This record gives sequence, structure tokens and C-alpha cells, in this order.
Amino acid sequence: MLSIKDLTVNVNDKQILKGINLEVKAGEIHAIMGPNGSGKSTLSHVLSGKAGYDVTGGTATYQGKDLLAMAPEIRAREGVFLAFQYPVEIPGVSNVYLLKAALNAVRKHNGLDEVDAMDFLTLVKSKVKALEMDEKFLYRAVNEGFSGGEKKRNEILQMAILEPKLCILDETDSGLDIDALKIVADGVNSLRSADRSFIMVTHYQRLLDYIKPDFVHVLAHGQIIKSGEPELALELEEKGYGWLEDAQVGA
Amino acid sequence: MSAAVHPYISEYSELASLLPGQSLPWLQQLRLDALDAFSVKGFPSPREEEWRYTSVSAIEKKRFAPAVALPRHAIDTGSLKSWQLNDAWSIVLLDGRFSAELSVLDGLPDTVSVMSMADALAKQPEKLQNYLGKAVSHAEHGFIAFNTAWFSDGVWIEVSAKQVLDKPIQILHFATQAETLATTRTVIVVEAQAEANVIETFAGLDSVREGGAVSLSGTGASNAYLSAAVTEVFVAANAGLTLYKVQCESDKAFHFGGTYIKQAKDARLTHHNFAFGGLLARTDIHTDLDQGSECELNGLYLGGKRQHIDNHTRINHLKPNATSRELYKGVLDDRARGVFQGRVIVAEDAQKTDSQMNNRNLLLSADAEADTKPQLEIYADDVKCGHGVTVGQLDEKSVFYMQSRCVDEDTARNMLTFAFANEMVDKIKIKGLHDLVLAQVLARFPQSGINQDWL
Repeated sequence: MLSIKDLTVNVNDKQILKGINLEVKAGEIHAIMGPNGSGKSTLSHVLSGKAGYDVTGGTATYQGKDLLAMAPEIRAREGVFLAFQYPVEIPGVSNVYLLKAALNAVRKHNGLDEVDAMDFLTLVKSKVKALEMDEKFLYRAVNEGFSGGEKKRNEILQMAILEPKLCILDETDSGLDIDALKIVADGVNSLRSADRSFIMVTHYQRLLDYIKPDFVHVLAHGQIIKSGEPELALELEEKGYGWLEDAQVGA
Repeated sequence: MSAAVHPYISEYSELASLLPGQSLPWLQQLRLDALDAFSVKGFPSPREEEWRYTSVSAIEKKRFAPAVALPRHAIDTGSLKSWQLNDAWSIVLLDGRFSAELSVLDGLPDTVSVMSMADALAKQPEKLQNYLGKAVSHAEHGFIAFNTAWFSDGVWIEVSAKQVLDKPIQILHFATQAETLATTRTVIVVEAQAEANVIETFAGLDSVREGGAVSLSGTGASNAYLSAAVTEVFVAANAGLTLYKVQCESDKAFHFGGTYIKQAKDARLTHHNFAFGGLLARTDIHTDLDQGSECELNGLYLGGKRQHIDNHTRINHLKPNATSRELYKGVLDDRARGVFQGRVIVAEDAQKTDSQMNNRNLLLSADAEADTKPQLEIYADDVKCGHGVTVGQLDEKSVFYMQSRCVDEDTARNMLTFAFANEMVDKIKIKGLHDLVLAQVLARFPQSGINQDWL
């Protein structure tokens, strides 16, 4: 699905990612954990194509294609979905408009016709219901005036409708109370399948109680310094990141 | 310019006999005082603080002929009707003169009075005397003086106490001839506990409509004319008025519009100001708030080419516990210039005032300019007031967000520009008007990639 090799990235001439290697196979869930400033958000932004990041070396290959060469919208149409840490409010564009524009852009990319208006509404309403959202959200401006939990649910709603192949969740748990976290996690879990992969970027272990990863990686100072089974997350919860960082410095 | 030689003044005596209300001494006096004021001051000068960013010398240099009667030539009613709302009562002014033929006032309840200013002055002068010139005086500035002396017609609307109107009333100002001067005075009175929606629409024969200007064949190149329209509004105790102004004058037209409002105790006013047309357009909106009054001023100005669009608002908090909310947004392209000056004045007596003012500008070209000046003058000590201003380009975070949702960059930019403006359009609660204004917005900005059927 995704193969990252020796990826180095600068922001304003400062090296933030210092050689990332990561293999994500279809159906897998990878958690990337790390302290603040370790480069977690940079990694998710670079993979989704945000401007302002200078790739100085290495590759990211997605389904056999050079991911880094694609414009952000092409990556999205090819099935890469970034769930934002801070979803943007867009007054003046309704939620349902953006969903329709996005879905039809994917369909066009895949050589399909525009979705039928009635089918679209049926699809959207069923997803809205599954996420325990109010239908009124569809007709409100994108994320405008939404609470933190509503914004994150809205991200998952978009994901559910676009059916991406590689989902990158950037600090999805931040700002969520436990009830909202459960709903969002249920939404993500319902999307798990053998041909869909997830990269969860998170600071805390908490999210992993609700979405069980297959692998946990620790990112610190721009490198993955340890990879392991889900139990690694519990160890991090207990000991913090310090022992790993010290080991890295010592090595 | 020396006022003494101003051709408008030298020709006034000839014109005066054709203006309405000649038999009314009080009105004669009002007009004469205004004429005197205009003779001394002329049109506003950039030396006046309120006119610093807007020079009207282009208007002074031209000579517009006052329309003394309804146009005799056949007019393109198709074009006019495209501005006339279906689900509304409408009163039509052609070049500043009432047209009974084109107005649609069937089924108006007895408790509502809608007629031309000329008719109102003939039929109920005593009533008019209570209102005309009471919300604004000729001393305000040269255009008010000019309008008071020269107004050729206008509209009178009175909604009786407790009457809640289910349909809006539209005043359609339509310019049919180049080089003409349409000077109108309108008075709107909403009595206690009544509620109404009134729409003022300004358009010309060759205004932009549905995707591009249609030039009028055979009339020559110029479609320059001057609209000078002053509206006085009185919202009585606990009454509610929503007032819309849709200004879509022709490309080369000049527009001055002033709306002066007096809100009584607990009166509610919402004003929506859509300033899209004209080469040089200026709108003044002033409202006086009494105890517990609420006002909401919304504005959207769109400028392209060399348009100069100026909006001045003033909210006077005179008494305690009143609330005001103001949001003006501008989108400026090419070499267009947008001016916003918003003043909120909180009198010493106006404790517990709650006021918020915002002006946001989007510049689409390096040559476009926005001049914005929010002013808060507070003389009371227990108030909650705030204001904010932004001038800038599209938010790159929003562009990326849309791209990450499969939308290409050009479409995302068009969409976000549209959305910036559409936030104001979405506030329109009248379907027909909403669609008309939406079409205007879409006609004025790049819409590639925007699917209108989905909006």
C-alpha cells in the first residue's frame, strides 16, 4: 500500500524528518506515536501534500506510484485521506456541497459517472445516522460553529463517504471527550477492511484503547526510533518517551 | 468649483414647478433651505472626513438631466421584469418616476399603504410632514441637500400597527436612459408591533444579468446616469423591519444612496446591503437606536475593473440596552477599490450597549484596494463593544483542506471566493431575492468548477 524509504524533509531549511522508513500493507493499522515536536504532523502533512514542506531525499510509494509527485487533490482522488487535527471552517460552503464535490471528483478520476442525486442523499443520510450526527449538519457550512467533537465526526463522515484506501488520522483524539472519542473510534473501526490501511498519528495511548493497531512506531527527533507490537504503546504510557530518546542519544 | 455657476442651480427654478409638492409651504421651505445649502457647499468634497476616500468630481463634471416625466420611449420590460420579484408586491420607479403600469400592488391589505411619493404628498401631506426630512437633514452633506431640493418622486410605505406582512414589498429603481438624473426620496414607516420586509433594488437597462452585461443596441456607448436615492425609515416601538438594498446599477452609472433609520424602543431592524454595480457607488446607512433596540447591518460589496464602491455606516446607540451587530464583506478584483467606514457611537446614556462590528476584505488582484476604517466612540462606561478588520487573500489552509477533499486548486480558490461572498447571500430569507442575488454574485466572479445546481 505505502512504502516510505529514507524520507527527509526540511521546513524553512531546518531538517524535521531525518530519514523515515515505513512499510504499510493493505488492511494494517499503524500507530505513530511521539512527543511534541518529533515530526508526527510533518509526516502526515507531507504524505497528503500540504505546501511548505521541502522533501530533500527519499521516496514515498503509494500503490506503486510516486506519491510525492502528485498534487494534493490527486492523492486524495487516488484514495489517500487525511483526517485533520484541526478541521478548517469554511463559511459559505455547505457540508453537503463539499461531500458531493469530493465524491464526484473521485468518481470522475475513476472513470465513473456523477453520482445520482437520490442515491447520494440516501448514502449520506445512512452514514450520518451511523455516526450519530444530526442531519442538519449536512446543510450547515463546513465545520462552521461545530464543536471539537462534531468536527472530528465530520472528518470521519467524509472518510466514510469517500471510502479511501489509506487513511491518515492526525491527532484525531485531541480535544475529544470520552463519548466523542468512542463514536469516532466506532466510525473508524467500521471502516476497517482487508484493503484499507490506517496511519494513526497520536501523542497519547488513549486512542489505541479504542482502535487497536497492528504496529506501533515511536517517532522522535525526526526518526522512527522503535517499532513494535501494540504492547509498546502501553510501555510508552507507563514510562513516557524519555527512556527511548535517551537510548537514541546513547547509540 | 464655484457653486454660483453650478448649472443644476441655475436651472433649478425652471425645474421646480415640475417637482411634486408645490402647493405645500412646508415642503417648499424644506426644498429652498436644501437648495441654499447645496448652493453654498455643492457636492461633498474629499476634504470632508466622511468623503476622504471617495471623490465625486466625476459626478460634478458631468451634467445629468433630471427626469421630469416618465420615459416616453418604449422600454425593455423583459429586462425590467428580470429584476421584479414574483412573490412580492412591487412598486416601480423609471428614471426616478413612479410607473403605475409596471407596479404590482394587487391584494395589498388595507392596513398597508404603498404609493408614490408624489401621490402621498398630494393625498396626505400632513402625514408626510411628520416624516419627511425627520430622519436626515440637508445639513448631513451635499448629496442630502441635493436630494431634498431635487427629488422628483419616490415611494411612501406605511405598515399599520400589528400588521405582519407575509410578502415583501419591493421598490424597483430602474434606469432606462443615459445621462439622466433619478433623484428619489422614500419614506418607510413601520408602526408599533408590525413586521415587514422591504427590498430596494437599483438596476439599469444594461446592468449585468446572468453571466455578462448585455449592451443596449442603438443607444450609443454611454450608459452613465446618476441615481441619488434617499430613504428615511421609522421603525416604531417593538416593530420589526428587514430592509434589503440590492444595488446593481449599470457599469458606468453613478450611485448615491442614503438610508437613515430611526428605531424606537425595542424596535428591530435588519439591513442587508448588496453593493455590486456602478462605476462609482456610495451608500450611507445610519441608524439611531433607542432603549432595547436591536440592529443588524450586513453588507457585501463586489468590485471589479475600475469600480469604486464605498459604504459608510453609522450606528448611534442613544439609549441603554440596545444591541448592534455589523458584518461587511468585500471582494475586490482588478483595479477596484472598496471603502468601508463604520462608526459606532455610544452615547453617555447608552449603558449596557452590546455592539460588534466586523469588516473583512478579500483582494483578488495586486491592484485592488480596500480602505477600511472602523470607529468606536464610547461615552458610556458599562458597555460591551468590539470591532475587527481584515484585508487579505484567501486562507491557504482552506485551499489545502479542499484539495485534500479531492477538489483541484483552481476550483478550490473559486469556491472559497464564492463562499466568502455567499456567507452574506445565505442570510437572505426570501427565496426569489436569494436566487437573484446569488446569480449576481456568480455572474461577477470566476465560477469555473462551481456546480450551481448543488448550491
